[in-house]
Amino acid sequence: MSDSATLGYPHRHLLGIEGLLPPAITHLLDLADGYVDLNRGIDKKKSSLRGRTQVNLFFESSTRTSTSFELAGKRLGADVINMAVARSSVSKGETLLDTAMTLNAMHPDVLVVRHQDSGAVHLLSQKVGCAVINAGDGAHEHPTQALLDALTIRRRRGRLDGQVVAICGDILHSRVARSNIHLLNTMGAQVRVIGPPTLMPRNIDELGVEVHHDMRKGLRNVDIVMMLRLQMERMQGAYVPSLREYFHLYGLDQEKLALAKPDALIMHPGPMNRGVEIDSTVADDINRSVIREQVEMGVAVRMACLDALTRNLPNIGAAS
Amino acid sequence: MKRPANPGAEKGKLVAYLNARLLDPASGLDTPGALLTTGDQIADVGPRLFSGGVPSGVEVVDCGGHCLAPGLIDMHAFVGEPGAEHKESFASASAAAAAGGITTLICLPNTDPAIDEPAIVEYVERRARENSLVRVQPMAAVTKGLKGEEMTEMGLLVEAGAVAFTDGDRAIASARVMRRALAYSTLFGKLVIQHAEDPSLARDGAMNEGDVSTRLGLAGIPTAAEAMVVERDVRLVALTGARYHVAQVSAADTLEVIRAAKKRRLNVTCGTAPHYFALNENAVNDYRTFAKVSPPLRTEDDRLAVIEAIKDGTIDVIVSAHLPQDVESKRLPFAQAAFGAAGLETMLAVALTLHHSHGLSLNEVLARMTVGPAKLLGLNSRGVLRAGAKADLMLFDPDKPWRVNVDKLKGKSKNTPFESIPLSGKVLMTVVDGLKVYDAATA
Repeated sequence: MSDSATLGYPHRHLLGIEGLLPPAITHLLDLADGYVDLNRGIDKKKSSLRGRTQVNLFFESSTRTSTSFELAGKRLGADVINMAVARSSVSKGETLLDTAMTLNAMHPDVLVVRHQDSGAVHLLSQKVGCAVINAGDGAHEHPTQALLDALTIRRRRGRLDGQVVAICGDILHSRVARSNIHLLNTMGAQVRVIGPPTLMPRNIDELGVEVHHDMRKGLRNVDIVMMLRLQMERMQGAYVPSLREYFHLYGLDQEKLALAKPDALIMHPGPMNRGVEIDSTVADDINRSVIREQVEMGVAVRMACLDALTRNLPNIGAAS
Repeated sequence: MKRPANPGAEKGKLVAYLNARLLDPASGLDTPGALLTTGDQIADVGPRLFSGGVPSGVEVVDCGGHCLAPGLIDMHAFVGEPGAEHKESFASASAAAAAGGITTLICLPNTDPAIDEPAIVEYVERRARENSLVRVQPMAAVTKGLKGEEMTEMGLLVEAGAVAFTDGDRAIASARVMRRALAYSTLFGKLVIQHAEDPSLARDGAMNEGDVSTRLGLAGIPTAAEAMVVERDVRLVALTGARYHVAQVSAADTLEVIRAAKKRRLNVTCGTAPHYFALNENAVNDYRTFAKVSPPLRTEDDRLAVIEAIKDGTIDVIVSAHLPQDVESKRLPFAQAAFGAAGLETMLAVALTLHHSHGLSLNEVLARMTVGPAKLLGLNSRGVLRAGAKADLMLFDPDKPWRVNVDKLKGKSKNTPFESIPLSGKVLMTVVDGLKVYDAATA
């Protein structure tokens, strides 16, 4: 802990988990731990980001993540602007870089960006002067989700290393899966991915995971079951034949869950498709489902990220 | 003739088949001997069985020195149920199959409606159970409605009883759809069977493209239409690791592709139908629509290449490719006539030309129609002559000469391209689950 405190978070942006070293991850998680307590108190306000401007730039619609970032910024005292660019300016023909230049002229301190294309946030980060947080880019990364998942696991289990985590469902299109694989592997957990061959990216095993197509085998003795959302547009014959067959083979119900460890935790990044990837009785199992806890950790983790990144920014006076 | 509603009634019945030439392609057994069935199972088989006489209480069948082999498994037959019962029903198809020595019929899913839902698999199984003399197992569609777009519920279809996947007489044309279907099929280990013909290249074609089509003025289908689909699919098999099977190979070009894929140890197998090694495109002369099949009959060089490929194992199975068509579908100008040939009753005799004229042993020929398809489809304990296996048997005389008499065919549709052709080899008796379903003496 002292190690991570001294080293802090040594990067200008948070674009992905890949490439982060364990001390940086631990630093963010430790910081977030403190914010969990703050958020549970009555006075939830701090002033560490006073005077800072945070712009949430969401090219892809999202309620949970943008709300979570907004709340995080406001609790730290930042001025938060939500830019609803979702396709409007894009449809007017403005390129991503034009948008970046426009924003840059407004002198934001932190830019929180979600974009439907993998790599778009990287591109944007090269063109702006502020810190950039990736709030999800295409099927690439969603680092704050992986951090909040890790925080949830660490608080429940006391540690990340040695945990056997199964990530189940649409791995192919999932940025959540990729960020979690990087984070869990970096922190010494064991990751399995479970899904139909049609929803499994090629050579995923080279990211250091065990690949399973049979969910019953894949869940055997895992500590954590992390379900992914199946996007409706991926169904209906394109990647999987039907909802009922998907649920039959890959839906988490009590019967399949019985193969995991008896105290295995159930996670889901939300929003859930009940009856598609997860059975309601499992999702609402108060003893094992930590899905609501994940949402709570989300705010704390985003506060930690905003805090850590703004610490690395030049002082306001020096910047101008 | 109908099977007893409850075969269990005959359970434990003992039948001795004496004085037989035993043929088991799986083990290579070819010897005089006898066989004993108990109920629906083979209890014992061998050259010395009953050498001390048959105990009392055992029914005796004298095989008269003829060949006793496993019943044939035909992994590619169209039965018109549901939707085209006027062309063929389970009752008529199974009567024809039984007369042809076929004890297991794998039916195609390009019915109306298509077999693309678990409920339809169950419907077909029930209809077959109630009306068929022989065992019928359905294949299911790869794509919903055979449209080549969306995958079917393969998992639920397998649980309902589908033994393999194919879109029947339609090629899966989209590489993207084929890739996903192949990948998804690996979950269940079942074959994905392709009708290898590029539809955009074959469109409007009625016969093989070559000098005969040119002379007849008919639009042709080049062999490339077949070979290029298989070439593409082989690459997708390499990508997905799926089990892939070409339903019917007609062309030398395609065989080269498959031979190379097998050399690379990919899970690629193929079949062919009797007309591709017994006939060539000249059968189409005089615009004979009964010789209009898909893929089309090819050149003499292709025919010889098919025979060579059966010999060297490149072709794994021989199928009837039974596709019954009523008179109205065939008595038309060639280009308008329907594709397809009736094949259940002639499959064995035409296949035996490989033995009589091309040097294959009887077991080598039979292997392509018994243990070969059984292995591909995972039908354990079928297609073999050994204790513990299903008592599905065929008694035949490989040398008996006959000519195909259309009026005597048992199928509803009589569209055979082999009419009046002299053949050698006739089925004398067919046994399914220990019960006699065909007897030439009384038929």
